[in-house]
Amino acid sequence: MADKVLMKGNEAIAEAAILAGCRHYFGYPITPQTEIAAYMAKKMPKIGGCFLQAESEIAAINMVYGVSATGKRVMTSSSSPGIALKSEGLSYLAGADLPAFIVNVQRGGPGLGGIQPSQSDYFQATRAGGHGDFRMLVLAPASVQEMADLTVKGFELADKYRMTAMVLADGTMGQMMEPVSLDYDIKPAPEKPWATNGTKMEREHNIVNSLFLAPEELEKFNFDRYERYAYIEENEAMYEEYMMDDAEIVLVAFGIAARVTKNAVNEARKFGIKAGLIRPITLWPFPKAPFAKAVDNAKAFISVELSMGQMIEDVRLATECKRPVTLCNRAGGMIPSPEQVLEAIKEAANGGAK
Amino acid sequence: MTTKRLTILCGHYGSGKTNVAVNLAFKLREQHDRVTVADLDIVNPYFRTKDSMKEFDERGIRLICSPYANSNVDIPALPQELYSVTDDKGQTVVLDIGGDDRGALALGRLAEQIKVEGDYAMLMVINRFRPLTPDVPSTLEVMREIETACGIPFTGLVNNSNLGEETTADDVLGSLAYADEVAKATGLPLVMTTVKDTLYNELKGQINNLFPLMLQDKPFM
Repeated sequence: MADKVLMKGNEAIAEAAILAGCRHYFGYPITPQTEIAAYMAKKMPKIGGCFLQAESEIAAINMVYGVSATGKRVMTSSSSPGIALKSEGLSYLAGADLPAFIVNVQRGGPGLGGIQPSQSDYFQATRAGGHGDFRMLVLAPASVQEMADLTVKGFELADKYRMTAMVLADGTMGQMMEPVSLDYDIKPAPEKPWATNGTKMEREHNIVNSLFLAPEELEKFNFDRYERYAYIEENEAMYEEYMMDDAEIVLVAFGIAARVTKNAVNEARKFGIKAGLIRPITLWPFPKAPFAKAVDNAKAFISVELSMGQMIEDVRLATECKRPVTLCNRAGGMIPSPEQVLEAIKEAANGGAK
Repeated sequence: MTTKRLTILCGHYGSGKTNVAVNLAFKLREQHDRVTVADLDIVNPYFRTKDSMKEFDERGIRLICSPYANSNVDIPALPQELYSVTDDKGQTVVLDIGGDDRGALALGRLAEQIKVEGDYAMLMVINRFRPLTPDVPSTLEVMREIETACGIPFTGLVNNSNLGEETTADDVLGSLAYADEVAKATGLPLVMTTVKDTLYNELKGQINNLFPLMLQDKPFM
């Protein structure tokens, strides 16, 4: 293979997952992520892996649960309504402290919605998308290269913290093609002494379970899990800062919205407006540090989203509401234009007046 | 360039068929009064010929594509106007076929009429930077699958090896050996090598049948 290859975002995820040692993929087709399944269907049989198209999303996520319990790296992928179907399984994975890698290539909603790109599953992903107290690691790529990089990272983090890691992309990221380099130094997966992979008559049985008969015991598991989450919030937040040194108008955007916004920031600078961009790469944990740093010099924050104002809540929390936070958005499968974002920047620079 | 009434572009998905089809139609319009682009892609939800609608309108090029392209209707539909491609022989047509054998199935519906008329070029678009077709054997496999699916044998090759916006002249030059090998293994002529227009002047004279491509605009890059 050439040093760099031209890939669709969906293919990059699939190939990176294989490189990361994933040999088990379970899924059910849905636009705009079907290329992940198609790629796995072509490749897995050639490398001794398992591609299985399940009878439903619910079946697929429970197959993920089963393979994860044996200690193997495993994944599933879907798009918005399909992830909603998987949410029960995501909660069971969390309750059993099982690692898994999940991909959501979002489309417009709610309901059946549409097949055009969207970021409206932000709440679903960052508030964990299932019942009970739990969190998922949520990674938000903004290029085809990052689709691959964050897939490798996702498998590593999932194993490290025994929890689900999700790549939250949108239809554009899944469908667009860019050159990628897939040169990774993959570390072997950590030991998993909890895995149900045969006692060989040498140890006690391992049990993977999310049912606890005593409430005190269940409470302890929740407290312990949230100590782990607190550690992750301290140590695993990732972000990119763009022109933030002197920024007075701070844009916040992830994924495809961040690419549009970067163009708008460049344009705003030509008008003498000190605009900058904070691009969260992890959405959970949400990166708080760049906001604490930026808030004193900032006049206003603008959350640029392909949704009706979801990440804006985390921006308000991260800035402790010290500055006004406004929304610049499109929804339902539409993407904001750089001109629309530039208008929002000018308005904010003008003290909110049109 | 192609001199046939019908130019059919097939290939591995993501090989760049749509960009080649759009630019070929622009070029053909300089020589022919009635040029039609027929989009038979039943696979891709985004990044379609319809994105070039404005450019087609400006040049007076007719586009036949699914009425549901770029919408939320997620069904593999073909438009009824498609039959005019073979019925109305007064037009020059570029057919943009969906990727792989699955995409080529849609072409099978027209195969009989196309072969009876006989005035066609059936071109395989190849890109060695696509991860599933990096070498000759994998490319030949995709070609066989496409021919089986649509029932029309290839008559030529288009070398569209590229890494998108980042493509360098060296990338294109480095792909020539691969394209020649595919040509030798199949016995098919290399009809053209396509490059983005910004590389055209640099490579002109170094590559036979070089054809410049204007890439479709993506505002969020």
